[in-house]
Amino acid sequence: MYLAAVIVFLALILLPPIIGIFTKWNTIQQVFDQPPLMDRALTAVANSFVIALLVSALDVLAGVPMAWLITRGKSKWLNVLDTTADIPFIVPTAALGYSLLLFWNGPEGLSALFGGSLISTGWLLIVLLHFAFSYPIVVRVLVGALLDYKMEYEQASRTLGAPPFIAVRTVTFPILKPALIAAFILSFARSLSETGATFIVAGAFENGPVFLQDMKNEFSSGVVSQVTYEGATVFASLLLIAISLSIFALIRILGPKLRLPFDRVWPSIERKLSYSKAATSRNSVTLIVFVAIVLVPSLFVALPAFQALFTGTFSAAVSGSGVWGDYWQSLLLSYLLGAIVTLIGFIVGLPMAILIARKKFGKTPSTVLDILVNVPLIVPSIALGVSLKFFWQSFAFIPEFLLLVFAHLAITYPYFVRSMSAAFERISLDMEEAARTLGAKPFGVFRTIMLPLAKYSILSGAIMVFTRSISETGATLAVLAADSPLKTAPVVIVDWVKGVVPATSLEIGLGCGLLVLFSFLILLLLRLVSRGKGRY
Amino acid sequence: MPEVRVVNLTKKFGDIVALDNVNLVVNDKEYFALLGPSGCGKTTLLRLIAGLIEPDEGEIYIGGKRVDDVPPEDREIGFVFQTFALFPHLTVWDNVNYGPRVKNFDPKESGTIVGEVLEMVKLHERLDAYPNELSGGMMQRIAVARALAAGAKILLLDEPLGQLDAKVRNEIRYEMRKMAKDLNLTAIHVTHDQAEAMSISDRIAVMKKGKIVQVGTPQELYMNPTSLFVANFIGESNFLEGSVADATNGKLVIELRGGVKVHAFGKGVEKGDRAIVVVRPEVFVVEREGNQGGNVLRGVVGKITFEGTFVRYVIKLESEDSVVVIKPSLTEKWFDVGASITLSFEPEKAHVFPYPEAGLTEEISV
Repeated sequence: MYLAAVIVFLALILLPPIIGIFTKWNTIQQVFDQPPLMDRALTAVANSFVIALLVSALDVLAGVPMAWLITRGKSKWLNVLDTTADIPFIVPTAALGYSLLLFWNGPEGLSALFGGSLISTGWLLIVLLHFAFSYPIVVRVLVGALLDYKMEYEQASRTLGAPPFIAVRTVTFPILKPALIAAFILSFARSLSETGATFIVAGAFENGPVFLQDMKNEFSSGVVSQVTYEGATVFASLLLIAISLSIFALIRILGPKLRLPFDRVWPSIERKLSYSKAATSRNSVTLIVFVAIVLVPSLFVALPAFQALFTGTFSAAVSGSGVWGDYWQSLLLSYLLGAIVTLIGFIVGLPMAILIARKKFGKTPSTVLDILVNVPLIVPSIALGVSLKFFWQSFAFIPEFLLLVFAHLAITYPYFVRSMSAAFERISLDMEEAARTLGAKPFGVFRTIMLPLAKYSILSGAIMVFTRSISETGATLAVLAADSPLKTAPVVIVDWVKGVVPATSLEIGLGCGLLVLFSFLILLLLRLVSRGKGRY
Repeated sequence: MPEVRVVNLTKKFGDIVALDNVNLVVNDKEYFALLGPSGCGKTTLLRLIAGLIEPDEGEIYIGGKRVDDVPPEDREIGFVFQTFALFPHLTVWDNVNYGPRVKNFDPKESGTIVGEVLEMVKLHERLDAYPNELSGGMMQRIAVARALAAGAKILLLDEPLGQLDAKVRNEIRYEMRKMAKDLNLTAIHVTHDQAEAMSISDRIAVMKKGKIVQVGTPQELYMNPTSLFVANFIGESNFLEGSVADATNGKLVIELRGGVKVHAFGKGVEKGDRAIVVVRPEVFVVEREGNQGGNVLRGVVGKITFEGTFVRYVIKLESEDSVVVIKPSLTEKWFDVGASITLSFEPEKAHVFPYPEAGLTEEISV
């Protein structure tokens, strides 16, 4: 069974994207023959990394005080804050992108106060967007780490003479460094991958994913030839994959050696930072940043959605006329796809998770697998989609829907395996052995001990996979043919916003609003089902 | 100098009163133990003194100075955690050097201090080791060394030996006391182990349910417990129920269950009251027959346990009560199970307490 899991992983998830891109290897010559195209591709890829770097740095910078406030604050409102910080996470990114576009750029948003667009489409808006959707991830990781952190280290530091600021700088942060790095990596990877929303707010600006999408559009509208399109796609995807893999390898190697540059302390200054008004103002800035840059822009789409309720748009939507027929279909497709991917992901991910957690093949193979499983996480999803498309093209009999399933599976696979293997690792081997001594067969042990204990983690993994699948635009776009009828909800939203399909702003607003609403309801349902269960 | 004084100290966690109006003085250079069962508030009291938590009411003085508003880093205390809390990312040297470093000492000066302290705990050869490479005993000594290097005048020790195995624990506890005495430190040592507290402390405060029930030297607590709880918690005691038949000038005659009358001394009871006579297991004199005079109880040996240095008998009295008797195994003669024997005790070596309102079991429960 474990061997089967490894084979499925290699055959379905890891190898197709790697092999796929090399099947079109020869087209890359096209790019070298067209210096302007090469420049454009290189600039786009460079933009991706600059933005990802900037966004992750800002996210960690803003996420640390927020996580601190949530875990260490004393107000009873912190629970509310904790939940609110998750909101951008459940808003599918395409809707989030449109929401931000409206808020920063559209006539109904902030721009109404300033006359004209406050922030035009382009890199700044992309940064704001990526900041907003990575923020909850970073906060979540750091909150988890802070909750697990043994306060005694910090208290020991205090009793040894360190004021709070020095204690945190010299003890807490160094100990939490792995979590800080993890938060940075997650945010970095998300920023590199995101396509749909980025495409919405990019304007004429191109980063890697936007460039890939532009090339596809130019090909389908006949501006560039197929080989040029394929060459440019392979070139940019390869660069994205290669650079991100090397960056992550670099972080993995250098991360443990990374130290804060200063060993010495400045008692008088740092004492002031510990007490006085520094802490209060830090909390205020944290809250202002969260509300003004993350929360309100993310939810701004509620405004047109709400307006639409009182116009003909709503009844049109309910009756499914005009653009709405496609919309409902796409919504159904998205949720169906999400459900199927979650189910398959669970089935193929479970044995892999056990294999890694329990080191079934020995220590080294398990570690290698653990690293390999995470690869799809750090490969930009549109590049992954492109490559998958090339790979499966040779098997023309495979229906497009199955391609979608494969693509989403490849992207979400790490989430499931990670959350499940972490949960299994936490279950002490004693527990299993106790069950065995009491007469349980191996499968019985799994069913009666492991599964119930890991239930909560499995469920949260499922939620992540599901939301990620609903949000995923880049790989979806890459896999689908330009005229494919299989448009998922975020693809429809992108089409509407970009004017590929003519839609009014009220329609877009309502479309986004409904998408958010349904995602929220499903999450709520899952939370209710799982409430109070599985926390041991 | 670093005397520690707490006045009317109260601390609540939600609805739970962890510390209830506690008053205590720990003298300068004293090795003091806070002793009690888990949940009695001893660790809470220690953390309040350290400033790791804030009191709801009351005052804390260190060296005569009120420190309620002084953050822990400025209280000149050293705190040794039960888990040691050695910084996992720092080497032995860096852990011990942490205090001097964050206090911005001159590097040369701190180097000397750290070297001296490590020498004192005999760990100057493992400077580059990380905490996870050390044994429990080593970690414990590093934790103490770290507190000392930071210039602590008062050592606050939270179950500092709790994580060690029995053998190491017994060795290290005397080292701890010696070190504190050599360096003229005031030490407050929290423990639930009465043998540990008795063997190393100058004085002990016994705590129960957020209150201090008795403060005294180990001898005082053992010889003159002021409550049934202390009589039970410190050492071991037999509790014989009865009623006061006569009380004149503290001289009591107690009629035990079964009608036997015994003499003892005690306060707080009057003729007719229900009372409890407390007798330590080693106080009884055991004879086969013919124990004459007062304070004689008759019974049968029910059980013998050989414990090495001592033999422990459980004696079934005629009144159906059971008492425990302990005798040296090498210097006294043994009695067999089933043997009829008589027990006697001197009136001065027993203590009498009024029968507790909540019942005996509740009163002595930990």
